[in-house]
Amino acid sequence: MTVPAIELKGISKAFGPVQANKDISISVAPGTIHGIIGENGAGKSTLMSILYGFYKADKGEIWINGSKTDIPDSQAAIASGIGMVFQHFKLVENFSVLENIVLGAEDGGLLAPSLAKARKELKELEEEYELFVDPDKRIDEIGVGMQQRVEILKALYRKAEILILDEPTGVLTPAEADQLFRILDRLRSEGKTIIVITHKLREIMENTDTVSVMRRGEMTATVKTAETNPQELAELMVGRKVLLQVDKVPAQPGKPVLEIEKLSVTDSAGVERVKGIDLTVRAGEIVGIAGVAGNGQSELLEVLGGMRPGQGSIRLNGEPLPLHGPGSDGQARRAQHIAHVPEDRQREGLIMDFYAWENVAFGYHRDPAYKRGLFMDNAALRADTEAKIEKFDVRPPNGWLTAKSFSGGNQQKIVVAREIERNPDLLLVGQPTRGVDIGAIEFIHKQIVALRDQGKAILLVSVELEEIFSLSDRIAVMFDGHIMGERLPAETDEKELGLLMAGVAGEAA
Amino acid sequence: MEKMPKWADVVLIPIISLLLATILSAIVILAIGENPVEAVNLMVTGALGSTYGWGYTLYYATNFIFTGLAVAVAFHARLFNIGGEGQAMLGGLGVAIVCLSVPWPHWTIALLAACAASMIFGAAWAAIPAYLQAKRGSHIVITTIMFNFIAAAFLNYMLVNVMRPQGSQDPATARFPEAVHLPTFQSMFSSAENIVFRGAPANISFFVAILACIVVWALIWRTRLGYEIRAYGHSETGAVYAGISPVRITIIAMLISGALAGMMAINNVMGEAERLVLNSTEGAGFIGIAVALMGRSHPFGVFLAAILFGFLYQGGAELALWTSIPRELIVVIQALVILFTGALDNMVRMPLEKIFLSFRKGAE
Repeated sequence: MTVPAIELKGISKAFGPVQANKDISISVAPGTIHGIIGENGAGKSTLMSILYGFYKADKGEIWINGSKTDIPDSQAAIASGIGMVFQHFKLVENFSVLENIVLGAEDGGLLAPSLAKARKELKELEEEYELFVDPDKRIDEIGVGMQQRVEILKALYRKAEILILDEPTGVLTPAEADQLFRILDRLRSEGKTIIVITHKLREIMENTDTVSVMRRGEMTATVKTAETNPQELAELMVGRKVLLQVDKVPAQPGKPVLEIEKLSVTDSAGVERVKGIDLTVRAGEIVGIAGVAGNGQSELLEVLGGMRPGQGSIRLNGEPLPLHGPGSDGQARRAQHIAHVPEDRQREGLIMDFYAWENVAFGYHRDPAYKRGLFMDNAALRADTEAKIEKFDVRPPNGWLTAKSFSGGNQQKIVVAREIERNPDLLLVGQPTRGVDIGAIEFIHKQIVALRDQGKAILLVSVELEEIFSLSDRIAVMFDGHIMGERLPAETDEKELGLLMAGVAGEAA
Repeated sequence: MEKMPKWADVVLIPIISLLLATILSAIVILAIGENPVEAVNLMVTGALGSTYGWGYTLYYATNFIFTGLAVAVAFHARLFNIGGEGQAMLGGLGVAIVCLSVPWPHWTIALLAACAASMIFGAAWAAIPAYLQAKRGSHIVITTIMFNFIAAAFLNYMLVNVMRPQGSQDPATARFPEAVHLPTFQSMFSSAENIVFRGAPANISFFVAILACIVVWALIWRTRLGYEIRAYGHSETGAVYAGISPVRITIIAMLISGALAGMMAINNVMGEAERLVLNSTEGAGFIGIAVALMGRSHPFGVFLAAILFGFLYQGGAELALWTSIPRELIVVIQALVILFTGALDNMVRMPLEKIFLSFRKGAE
């Protein structure tokens, strides 16, 4: 048996009372792709941060290529041949690709010799691994996929033998993600060892050799990818049986609830984000908007939710809604029975320092039901909160905790409970399950489908194609502020949507 | 999970900060060759040892309650109102106009009218920076500081050129008529045989200040407006999502803040000086910032912090009177208290959080 490239023995790490990693041991063979999968908060990132020298483990040993290694900081990690590609890239936007690669690894006080040397080495790396980027382009001139390549090149330039990628496909189109895994495949064939952290089961199944599953700080299993299946992995992650596919009957679309015509949105910087789109959402159907983040979906939701002004026309149940000026704010929208689960629950949907019961009124705090004389009827509000916590299984079931003390999934349940229980005519949903654990995803999806089955109209925006596929009755793809086309989920596939998301128009767009 | 119990946050941290400030002050007093124990003794007896001392301490505290509440309300909307000083000056102008222009039959009606006038003038002075912040994005810290200077200059002009009585050399208004003099603690609490609070300036405004604390508490934590102010203060994007207009909240919060700062004038102008003089505010607008910081923007905390600063003011004056400790050193001590309770909050907080965490771990 070969010596493992990385071996972790009994790693434990606690943050105060929270045990983030509990006695974790893994062994990664050289020249393989090893996946680490787990829910949010399972301890994946902590483990990798220990490996990269950001945290010091309370207990345990790290062995690299058969020798015990101490990694007190990231410099030591780099010296041991570990390279890390973060979820959020650490690149200087107004530097060129070359400058970014050299940054922090300069040979001396003068830049020119380092740059010249880097240019030469970069060329060799490019040829060796087929990682092509233009070294003289500025970071803000190249796309996200390219930026990620720069991060990989940065690691390789620092002689990394072991590459760790944290949620690498979160910001990529399906096509870009495929390219990434082709690159990783190539790196593996050149003998590099790769660790991929992700919560996407499909990526694990398609690309890794072995996979480790983490749950609540513990490593619950390490299995050969070929010998497992998504269902089993999901169960290992959550600790119980889960439904990966949403169970739902075919939609029975009724009359149009939301009719959008020639809607345009210009942001505060004067950039046109939504460029004259038409879209209809009918009663009893879920329309999903697919697209790579930043193509106008967020702005579309925000205009409908009354968070920013727009031009064009929207009608709700045939009545025109103002898009700017008086009557176009969030209060007016709520009065029109439009509920909104916003994309960013921490910055928008909740006030993180408010108690759960205060958050249950957020946006509806002017509802007469919560009013008693001059004051808010906090007792009524707390009773209402208790009912919602019970019905939506929010844990811990305590309305006197601040929103920030709940996990992501439970925070989202509070938002979803507040909006769905209003029994709206139209529900706007943005990224309903971002940063939400699988168990809660299943629950939230069920609630959304249940609302649809009551004959309500739902507009869903998600960057997760899987989510779009499993929830939507109709899919519209947005690219660069335009709707590239509408498809029925049964009549399309990820490949076709991926092309539309990348701006390649389909025949019937 | 909260890092520490709430009582540690609201009680323990201020007390430790205060202790540190006291220790450092003692060292400074030692360094100039005075006895710190004796100094503390003098401050305590001077400020709290007699009804006379209390009469001054509570008078100062009344000023600081109003300005502290003013800063606290703005804080809840994440607005830093440094203009309490100017707003209080303008409040004084409002009080003077009301008291001098109408022949009031009784002080109770005059007090109500003076309250209204001081609030309107203070709010109006806060309205311009509020509008500039809400609509134009001009930073409220800068504009309110500027408005302090404008207020001082404006008041100077008004007193010298408009309101000064004929023949007077003093840049001040005429004395207010007898009918609008507010009852002092002396007249309220003394009996024929036992005269208390003799000559001290504390007056009925103190109870108005307590009432203001209660009203502000109810406003912030019990009304929908307070809910909106707090929500906006925590997250502007959140407020926009909920349909709470940032422009509206910014302006309303600043109007309330300015009104509270202006109300200070019923204490120092109507209750004490009984006429409007130059620099009547004596920096109380700035002390209000420290009071709000130390009181964690909670009315009850503001009340306690205001009493503490009232004590420091009065005790400091006594110290300057009876020892060779120079008046400037009193300012140093006050500054140390502000430094430790306000600016160096995290210095105490972080180690304390660690201690609590390790205790908790040990308990498991």
